[in-house]
Amino acid sequence: MTASGALGAAAQVAVVGGGSPLLVGLMRQVRARMEGRAGAGVLQPWRDLRKLLRKEPITPAGTAWVFRAAPLVLAATVLVVAAVAPFATTSSPLDRIADLFAVAALLALGTVALALAGLDTGTAFGGMGASREMTVMALVEPTILLSVFALSVRVGSTNLAAIVGEAVRDPRAVISPVSLLAAVALAVATVAEAGRLPVDNPSTHLELTMIHEAMVLEYAGPDLALVEWASAMRLSVLLGLLTSLFAPWGITTGAGLAVLPLALVVFAAKVAALGVVLAAGEVFLAKLRLFRVPELLAGSFLLALLAVAASFFLG
Amino acid sequence: MSVAGSAFTVALGLSAAAAVAGLAAPRRTRPLLVGLGTTAAGVAGVVAGVAALGGGSFSAWLPDLLPLAGVRLALDPLGGLFVAVTGAVAVCAAVYGVGYVAPNAVEDGSHGDGRAVQAMLPLFVAAMLLVPAAASVSTLLVVWELMALTSLLLVLAEHRRRAAVGEAARWYAVMTHLGLLVILAGLVGFAAAAHGESFAQLRAAAGGMSPAVRGAVFATTLLGFASKAGVVPLHVWLPRAHPEAPSYVSALMSAAMVNLGVYGVLRVGLDLLGGGSRWWWLLVLAAGAGSALYGILQAVVAVDLKRLLAYSTTENMGLVFIGVGAGGYFAATGSRVLAGLALTAGLLHLVNHAGFKTVLFCSAGSVLRATGSRDLDALGGLRSRMPVTTALFAIGALAASALPPGNGFVSEWLLLQSLVHALPTSATATAVVMPLAVAVVALTAGLAVATFVKAFGVGFLARPRGPGAEQARESPPSMLAGTGLAAIACVALAVAPAAVLPGLSRAAGAALGAGAVDSVHGPVTLRLTGFAGSMSPLLIAVALLAAAVGALAGVRSLVVRRARRVARLWDCGAGPMTARMQYTATSFAEPLQRVFDDVLAPETDVDVTPTAESAYLVERVKFQARVPDRIEYRLYRPVLAATRMVGEAARGLANGSVHRYLGYGFFAFTGLLIVLAVIR
Repeated sequence: MTASGALGAAAQVAVVGGGSPLLVGLMRQVRARMEGRAGAGVLQPWRDLRKLLRKEPITPAGTAWVFRAAPLVLAATVLVVAAVAPFATTSSPLDRIADLFAVAALLALGTVALALAGLDTGTAFGGMGASREMTVMALVEPTILLSVFALSVRVGSTNLAAIVGEAVRDPRAVISPVSLLAAVALAVATVAEAGRLPVDNPSTHLELTMIHEAMVLEYAGPDLALVEWASAMRLSVLLGLLTSLFAPWGITTGAGLAVLPLALVVFAAKVAALGVVLAAGEVFLAKLRLFRVPELLAGSFLLALLAVAASFFLG
Repeated sequence: MSVAGSAFTVALGLSAAAAVAGLAAPRRTRPLLVGLGTTAAGVAGVVAGVAALGGGSFSAWLPDLLPLAGVRLALDPLGGLFVAVTGAVAVCAAVYGVGYVAPNAVEDGSHGDGRAVQAMLPLFVAAMLLVPAAASVSTLLVVWELMALTSLLLVLAEHRRRAAVGEAARWYAVMTHLGLLVILAGLVGFAAAAHGESFAQLRAAAGGMSPAVRGAVFATTLLGFASKAGVVPLHVWLPRAHPEAPSYVSALMSAAMVNLGVYGVLRVGLDLLGGGSRWWWLLVLAAGAGSALYGILQAVVAVDLKRLLAYSTTENMGLVFIGVGAGGYFAATGSRVLAGLALTAGLLHLVNHAGFKTVLFCSAGSVLRATGSRDLDALGGLRSRMPVTTALFAIGALAASALPPGNGFVSEWLLLQSLVHALPTSATATAVVMPLAVAVVALTAGLAVATFVKAFGVGFLARPRGPGAEQARESPPSMLAGTGLAAIACVALAVAPAAVLPGLSRAAGAALGAGAVDSVHGPVTLRLTGFAGSMSPLLIAVALLAAAVGALAGVRSLVVRRARRVARLWDCGAGPMTARMQYTATSFAEPLQRVFDDVLAPETDVDVTPTAESAYLVERVKFQARVPDRIEYRLYRPVLAATRMVGEAARGLANGSVHRYLGYGFFAFTGLLIVLAVIR
């Protein structure tokens, strides 16, 4: 454990925590401009959060501790992932738990907390959202774990820092059939996990078409602020994982403090760029019917399986 | 006599004493005496098992106890592990059972405090303790049958209340005896080929046998042991017998008895036969993968809480079989370190499963006892009525869904690691099998999460969906204590798996015959031996807690303090919502059921009754949906139908005439003599 590693982990958490609402704002702004609207500005999510924090806390009738604790669990899982994942530095003091399987499981834990909260409300919408979210999650999991498998073969470890560190040392290895196939598979899985188009529409206003929004329909005030913030962080963490795995440039592997600010800036720029691409892509996409989503996920699963096969037969 | 030996003797003696108490004591004190005796026997069993795991083995030969062969007992680390797990589960189940059998308000009549049932419980525990300690074929078969019979009688405990109990017990009786039959055939053939029936003789002779004989012995015994472990397609008894048994018996069967199927495979396949060909273990792996997937798919659509848990047992035994199969396969290919890792992962999952399945079945029993219902669609709203049971079930569900910081996560992580690290080392077969195994484990993990979100979210949260759930009350202290003990074990396994890992490595070493190689080391951070990989369950738990506290403090400092207000739920402005408008377990699982339509083949039946006036006006719509066990439908029903047809045809032979029967005897005997005359 080094001081610079600990500082790097703390800086990652700070950047993810502070920058995530901006990422959401940026993506909304890009979308608005491309659709010919003026947009509310990049800072709007932060203004929304401030407004929500000032509102009175509300307990929906008949809900209990599960409902109250879920936003905290969601936020906690994302914060832990933000601290351990090699976004800017590979020497986080918590890198013992920076295993890709563990990271995937932690993110799943956050989803589960929200799904239970959705069920706890006892409304049809809450249950519906929870049921759909669990369906998507159950089908995304195999893709994620198989892609992890494919990426780990070259390094001989599923540790994120090890995978990223190896890629930083030998950047050409990133451009291989294995990594390309795994990248596409993981990208689809990320879109599904983050609840973006075409799996879920984050800006929908019709309860019947919601997945994520239906689960959190009953949240209001500061609780909603926490959920919104954690969801934004989740998006940036997922995009961050994609960039770290497939575009590891600029991540520091040493103990030096001087390069850390630069690494953080590069990380923010990479995630912002990926976010802009995602938002631009969403302009041209419509949401898939719920029962067509499994076909998309099955496709990504096949790609992940091909990636594993390629890692053996071509590696 | 060693610690292991004396503790084991004490455990058997206490079980016998408890059985006598069950027969002799008056009804008022009977459950308490039996519970105490069984608890003490369980504790002694744990001591014996742990001592054996630590290296304090013992063996005994009692030549006069059983005619012809005598009884041979021995405890090595492998057997010790299973004795310890059985003992621990027995402690929890026995404590729980004391409160469970007492009469209560919701369900009239007893829950099995009769003499026979009470005497069977300690005998069942004793039989399960004896199976891993048996050291000869005849001893193993006798105690195996004793275990089957006592558990069968316990399954029958509530047969006067529900007709389904009888049917479940018939399925169980037939399946378990068919299993005994194939194990008997395999082991007797093995003993005949080895010219001796003690395990030491078998072990010594196995090396000289032809691969065909060894393969045949393995395949036949595998059938029997896999059926005891509830592995697909031999699982059909399990989702019937486990739900119908009293809940503490379900816990014992599901958390302790099914393990002995795994024990049998390890003992015969790895220890006695000494490994063998790759196809054996690929067979085990394939069976495990099939069970894991099929079990969890059935669990995800199940609406009966105990049936869901029973299918989850099939799933988890499948995962253990994946570990065992991978371990055997790696051993057969010569990578011993990897074999140790896979086997340790499988055994850790077995221990974890024993822990969380005890919690889950016991809390399901509490729910059943408090609400009178196992149907998830009629439950809900228990978190305020049964807060402790809800919390305990939550611990079990977290573990069963293999998410951090639960204990199931650690073993699934180890299992995945052992599969992942196999790829760069060896042949094409490995490269094909391992990714598929990882995919199966991954899909199983995802579906397990959905299953337990459903079980917990629909069963315990929200509002009551039925009158039973509305009137539920918290269970008596002994039931909570029994469940709580198992939950504490789960938490301990979740944060400090390193406490049991050396023992598991020794058990795996005893099975592989490679001596003790700790495949995982480190007290807080688990590190794999020989491979890059580390995990710290304690650190994850602490980090999560710290992050949650940090987030809470952050929000608290930012938020403008105002009083919390209770508000109406969003009902689209259509007035207050009733409990019937909630999502049910059926509706929760419907999307997944639709996705896996081709595998599950659900049946729906819509019956529309029009009014007398017009065919367009509907008076009543009856909708029925069920997901039958497809394997049972496709594989067993035809066999049963054929058997029935043969039986019907054979009825014509027996018309009640004594002359005819004497004639049959005469012709059969003459025919036999003629056959003998021809072939001799």
